[in-house]
Amino acid sequence: MADAKADDAYLERYSRNILLREIGLEGQARIRAAKVLIVGVGGLGSPAAFYLAAAGVGTLGLADGDAVELSNLQRQIVHDSGDIGRAKVVSAAEKIARLNPDVAVNLHRERLVAANAADIVAGYDFVIDATDGFESKFLINDSCVVTKTPFSHGGVMRFTGQTMTVRPGRSACYRCVFEAPPPEGSVFVCSEVGVLGAVAGMLGTIQAVEAIKIVTGVGAPLTDALLTFDALAMSFRKVPLKRNPACPVCGNHAASGKMIDGTFGKSGLKSG
Amino acid sequence: MKVNGENVALEKTLDLSGFLVLRGFDEKLVAVERNGEIVPRGSFADVVLKADDVLEILHFVGGG
Repeated sequence: MADAKADDAYLERYSRNILLREIGLEGQARIRAAKVLIVGVGGLGSPAAFYLAAAGVGTLGLADGDAVELSNLQRQIVHDSGDIGRAKVVSAAEKIARLNPDVAVNLHRERLVAANAADIVAGYDFVIDATDGFESKFLINDSCVVTKTPFSHGGVMRFTGQTMTVRPGRSACYRCVFEAPPPEGSVFVCSEVGVLGAVAGMLGTIQAVEAIKIVTGVGAPLTDALLTFDALAMSFRKVPLKRNPACPVCGNHAASGKMIDGTFGKSGLKSG
Repeated sequence: MKVNGENVALEKTLDLSGFLVLRGFDEKLVAVERNGEIVPRGSFADVVLKADDVLEILHFVGGG
């Protein structure tokens, strides 16, 4: 830090992080050095972006090809009524800059597809899957496994959510559990059956916590487990998992460094 | 058996596929962990359930 004033502002802004003995000045420096990619700037990505920006993550990547719609505002809290019709990544970048100008924001407005996903995620230390849709979720899993980038899977629907953190090569990946996307149209999505905004907030916030834990090395990440919750009963379950030797991307017979072709023909990553 | 943390009596010989149907699950839409191992999709009918099995039935949740 160049001057004492900037130093004071840094210590004051992050004082509640620095006071945590698990984090301290060293942990805060790790947060500042970290690059985190949020794929999907919607119901999960909004709280994740806010909390990671507030925490002082040095570089945040935002990937989303969509524009803000009125029906998004019930849960996508990084956008507001004046943002309708604007690109989600631009809307979110403005809010992040207002919240914390220390954060550098990379905008990825191109569609993430099998051809470019690995190149994009490779530039980051951690990836948050905040997308709406299985093709995207499998694509992020596979790109992160191929590039050995840790990531957080997350999904919400109605009053329920699920999340797992993946450290490729060290813990179970999404595909170890869910081998392949379900048949198209077979699983309801939020635009059909709804989702409570605060439930998306809970899940996206858990993902932000996992990002901070991984970049600081604090605590035990949510690896080799799927956390599921049902907010109607407010019950949480953590189902232990382990790597699947037959996993097509990270198992014993997976083609090393290769994406699985053909699964993501029309995939574009977006949030719902 | 234990299914998603709850005790479930296994009243007759059943394979996993039959059990899922009985419980109202669509087997295309779930992943099943049995005694800590993921059961490969497509082989649910080959797995004969035992009274002391521990099953976790995991759903696809795709929204974000």
